Amino acid sequence: MIAERQTRVLNNVQAINEALDLALERDPRVVLFGEDVGVMGGVFRASDGLQQKYGEQRVFDTPLAESGIVGFGIGLAMAGLRPVAEIQFAGFLYPALDQILSHLGRMRHRTRGRFSIPMVIRAPYGGGVKTPEQHADSPEAILAHVPGVKVVIPSSPERAKGLLLAAIEDPDPVFFLEAIKLYRGVKAEVPEGYYTLPLGRARVVREGDAASLFCYGGMVEVCQKAAEVAAREGVELEVVDLETLVPLDTETIFASVQKTGRAVVVYEAMRTGGFGAEVAARIAEEALDYLQAPIVRVAGWDAPYPPFSAVENYYRPDARRVLEAVQKVLTH
Amino acid sequence: MDTVQYLDDQGKPLQDLPLSQEELLLGYRALRRARHFDERALVLQRQGRLGVYPPFRGQEAAQVGVALCLQADHDWLLPSYRESAAALTFGMPISRLILSWRADPAGWGAPPNVNMVQFYIPIATQIPQAAGVAHAQRLLGKDAVAAVFIGDGGTSEGDFHEGLNFASVFGAPLLVVVQNNGWAISVPTHKQMKVKRIAQRAQGYGIPGVVVDGNDLVAVWSVAREAVARARRGEGPTLIEALTYRVAPHTSSDDPSRYRTEEETARWQQRDPIMRMKNCLLHLGLWSEAQEAELTEALEGEFLAAVEEADQAQEPKPWEIVEQVYAEMQPDQKAAWNYLRGEV
Ligand SMILES: Cc1ncc(C[n+]2csc(CCOP(=O)(O)OP(=O)(O)O)c2C)c(N)n1
Repeated sequence: MIAERQTRVLNNVQAINEALDLALERDPRVVLFGEDVGVMGGVFRASDGLQQKYGEQRVFDTPLAESGIVGFGIGLAMAGLRPVAEIQFAGFLYPALDQILSHLGRMRHRTRGRFSIPMVIRAPYGGGVKTPEQHADSPEAILAHVPGVKVVIPSSPERAKGLLLAAIEDPDPVFFLEAIKLYRGVKAEVPEGYYTLPLGRARVVREGDAASLFCYGGMVEVCQKAAEVAAREGVELEVVDLETLVPLDTETIFASVQKTGRAVVVYEAMRTGGFGAEVAARIAEEALDYLQAPIVRVAGWDAPYPPFSAVENYYRPDARRVLEAVQKVLTH
Repeated sequence: MDTVQYLDDQGKPLQDLPLSQEELLLGYRALRRARHFDERALVLQRQGRLGVYPPFRGQEAAQVGVALCLQADHDWLLPSYRESAAALTFGMPISRLILSWRADPAGWGAPPNVNMVQFYIPIATQIPQAAGVAHAQRLLGKDAVAAVFIGDGGTSEGDFHEGLNFASVFGAPLLVVVQNNGWAISVPTHKQMKVKRIAQRAQGYGIPGVVVDGNDLVAVWSVAREAVARARRGEGPTLIEALTYRVAPHTSSDDPSRYRTEEETARWQQRDPIMRMKNCLLHLGLWSEAQEAELTEALEGEFLAAVEEADQAQEPKPWEIVEQVYAEMQPDQKAAWNYLRGEV
């Protein structure tokens, strides 16, 4: 049905802005807030024009206080609203971790369903754009480790729009991480009007039989680039965009491993304890028999994301490092 | 800052009381009910029929006085672990409170007509949430208010300040009640902060701050009533500091002799909120020992019936661990659920 719609070429921020607009229009319970989201429309302009359109009651600036923003949103949600909070950069979620761990993820459980938190927390994440300290952090593994939340990381404008609308409709708290590199870095045809895409599904963005590349967010582009290079050598790599980390679509992952027998997991957060470790562990637990080589991870190094941008390219995985890993799994 | 007080240390009215005779009697009964619960809960705990329990003895008036101003199906209460008295007065059934302190999930949720969130264990986290709940009332066009309690120690946490700031910036209909009981486990208030009065902090947020004798039910009730009225009128939050004392230990597993003197506790016992209220009623000719005996009997009957009800609650099942994590069970929870069901 979506396929039959009219489309427009949008980048990721525009697609997200459109999703927020449609959500505000459709459901009067939706409120948008965070630092600079109102008059200014957000530092990346994700909420551009929305305060003018929906008023200060629905789209508002908050004091600069992340724990306050998340806690306030939890209260709004408990009382029956549909809060969509923006944390200016995912690396600034840390002051709110108490609210996230102690309440956001467990309010439904700790009140036996009496109160739930249908809240979305959007945050730009990831590197590749030469930002100051903390701005390039990828804290998805920390968030995925919180019971009771969902974690979604779109990699294209069409997906971002539909997934964000689904996240806002979702009865549980959803972290919606948006790769900064992709905000204006990708453009694509986006269906017009309101539509949702299901959470909890991974998707094969490129078919192949030589090895599977598992990735999400900003790394999808990198893996696709690697696959193009490999294809010139006659090696067809399968690229799987995990898209939702929690709940994780292991079926699609295992099916791909079964097909290719080789797995490379790519993520830009620090390697140890990163989400890719979870993907590798699941494959090892459930799909080991399909494997013809050990699983290889390509990730950031075990160090803070470099605050000196001249060398960030050495930290963030690129196509070359992905191909080295592919080489490793192919020649095992 | 002046301390609002209506009763002297013995309970004699210092001035005309702002409450009707019915209200005075209602208030006294609520105090006694809270005390009865607390005493009996400690007994249950010693019998091994309750988990760790945080008693509130000495702080009844500070909690009951606020809860008496709220309507459970309209207003909101976000209590910390010490506020069983507030919860009880607000409308939480005794059986649920017992189950809650048994760490039985059957006691974790409030009934649908009681807008109370399960007791918060991490300190101060409920303050920004309460600001959100309060603000939502205005967005939803309701005149409901939210009330939240915190201890003196809890005011050192960042969330206390973030929550108050949010409430004040958004003009949220919120009551933040600090029960200043002098101690945060073993740490005295003067090691917690350099300010003399926590209520002074209200000035930093541009909202009213009031200091009230937390062992004087009449004073707490009247101060809270005014704050609720202001909030309902859309005039924003109020910070109330109730000066009180927990005569009881911090929790049922605490030994206060390690950090405070018996003399201090005894001194506060001389200002017991229930004794003062009873003396007030006796002074006004509204109460008798016969009524007292009748009340005790009724409270004991109510409590025993609640224990019986709680005892009948089904033991939680192992698979409940993974229930209510998401609105709909996700694959990982489902797998765990199936496993746990197979185990038993
Ligand atoms: C965030 C957090 N840190 C530490 C604790 C452990 N703890 C429980 S009660 C308490 C003292 C609280 O004192 P206060 O806020 O004055 O409240 P009171 O117990 O006196 O009512 C502490 C440190 C906790 N529950 N939460």
